Amino acid sequence: MSDAIIESGNVAAAMAVQLARAEVIAAYPITPQTPVTEKLSELITSGEMDAEYVAVESEHSAMAVCIGAASAGVRPFTATSSNGLLYMSEQLHWAAGARLPIVMCVVNRGIGAPWSVWNDHQDAISQRDAGWIQIFAKDHQEIVDSTLKAFRLAELTHIPVMVNYDGYYLSHTYMPFETPEPEQVDAFLPTFEYKHALNPERPESLNTVTLPDARRDVKSIQRGGYMDLRHNLHEEMRLAIKVWQEIDQEFQKVCGRGGAPIIDPYRCDDADFVVVAMGSLANQFRDVVDRLRDDGLKVGVLALQIYRPFPNSIIAEALQSAKHVMVYEKGLSYGYQGALYGDIKSALYPYPSRPCLHNFIVGLGGRGIPTESLFQTVKTACVQDEQMSPAQADEPRWIGLQL
Amino acid sequence: MQSIKDQMIQIRWHGRGGQGAITAAKVVAEAAFRSGYGGAVMAPTFGTERRGAPVTTSLKIAHNKIYDLSPITTPDIVVVLDYMILYEVDVTAGLKPGGWIILNSPLTVEKHLFPGYRTAVANATRLGVEAGLNKGIVNTGIIGAFGRASGLIDIDILTEAIAAEFAGRKPEENALAARLVYDATLMRDSTTGESTDA
Repeated sequence: MSDAIIESGNVAAAMAVQLARAEVIAAYPITPQTPVTEKLSELITSGEMDAEYVAVESEHSAMAVCIGAASAGVRPFTATSSNGLLYMSEQLHWAAGARLPIVMCVVNRGIGAPWSVWNDHQDAISQRDAGWIQIFAKDHQEIVDSTLKAFRLAELTHIPVMVNYDGYYLSHTYMPFETPEPEQVDAFLPTFEYKHALNPERPESLNTVTLPDARRDVKSIQRGGYMDLRHNLHEEMRLAIKVWQEIDQEFQKVCGRGGAPIIDPYRCDDADFVVVAMGSLANQFRDVVDRLRDDGLKVGVLALQIYRPFPNSIIAEALQSAKHVMVYEKGLSYGYQGALYGDIKSALYPYPSRPCLHNFIVGLGGRGIPTESLFQTVKTACVQDEQMSPAQADEPRWIGLQL
Repeated sequence: MQSIKDQMIQIRWHGRGGQGAITAAKVVAEAAFRSGYGGAVMAPTFGTERRGAPVTTSLKIAHNKIYDLSPITTPDIVVVLDYMILYEVDVTAGLKPGGWIILNSPLTVEKHLFPGYRTAVANATRLGVEAGLNKGIVNTGIIGAFGRASGLIDIDILTEAIAAEFAGRKPEENALAARLVYDATLMRDSTTGESTDA
């Protein structure tokens, strides 16, 4: 830890983007993301970072600039939060469909109305199906390492990557972390070379109106229709799980950190009860797990590090020996249940062992998540023997309501 | 304070928006980390702060990595950058029995006794001016009182961290302010009523 520093999560993200040698930064400020872009702007102004900062008038334009930069073969970066992410939504789908390797940090915040500047995961969850890879960081070290690895992932798969970290809990909190040396990053992350970079010497027709059926191009080569291109996006996104694991191994060789790119289990080996959560919430459960273990309960916590593509078989296999699984999340599919809970339930369906599932909704719009309430709700779920109908058991339970 | 050296130490900082409580807590986090505490987490209150309004920030220090980032509810120590805040906010809320209240105040320590707690008082406002700082700069001085009362981090490491944080902004004066306050801090133990200055 000799060269570790103490800084905020937003500064950690900016330092990773600087190390990644991003060449175009286009962003519009929004709380709690603002300090990331302020820091990048300072680094560029002082000459410590060789990039162009494009001040845009909206998040929609920020993503449009990133799309333009990536199309020209230049490494772009942006960051946003909450309604800013939603304002980008149309361009998010475009970036994914156009297969452009863009990296974006999403500093997770609740969505208005009513306005909230505080943390939850609804912004990222609402963009789940945009065709972006979604990574969740639990602490500052993971913000740095995931952001660096995200550039490699985006450029190998030609799929844009969103690195999520919790607003305030991580963005504005200071804690120690390490940054790799520039030479280490350069060895890990080669210069971005885009095969389809815009070039007047080599004209291409890209993303024009694409017919429902495949057709032959001017060179008589069979070209897919819309559905075929979308199928390929899906298939290559599924393969991205393996690519992300391989990238993590490469990163470990160069920087010495990593080893849990998909799931990060804590005391799960012999656990009868497993908590599943994403982001800093999963780390908060570690102390809860230790206390419950002291009480003689076999509890573990499994942090999910990547949400899309969903690592369904890896999660289902990790949960095969659990009797109960408690999914805690900071977002939901309104009118049904927690999005992560629904995904885990469906992942377990084809497997022989289907543990009892419990869904807890916590911390929306920054509602406090006292560690004591996590301890009590897990403990109650562990020891209760109450008979519930299947429909009752499948309902999400809201923790910390003040109705 | 030897007894709490083995566990997580929670420190709540009370100041006014713009007074530098967050910077002070960050400096102490740095100094704690440099002096061997592997865990140092500083989390400002998450809100819409206004200049002049009472604000708080949480600092957790431990020997191992800290995983729980939730705000402090039961501090071991509270540090108050402006004694007038005592009239607006209950700074003892959740404070553990026997915990420290560390105050910047022009009044004597006898005027700031809290039954069941320990108090450390110094006039960081006056000593800051003596150290060559502009009037009203108290966030570095109060770190000296924290160092003296808590005994958790050596004053030399604290002043080094101050000088590093304030590079280009009167680093030596800021470090001196902490040292002057360290020497001037008076302490009373209201769990027993004894002076602990010695």
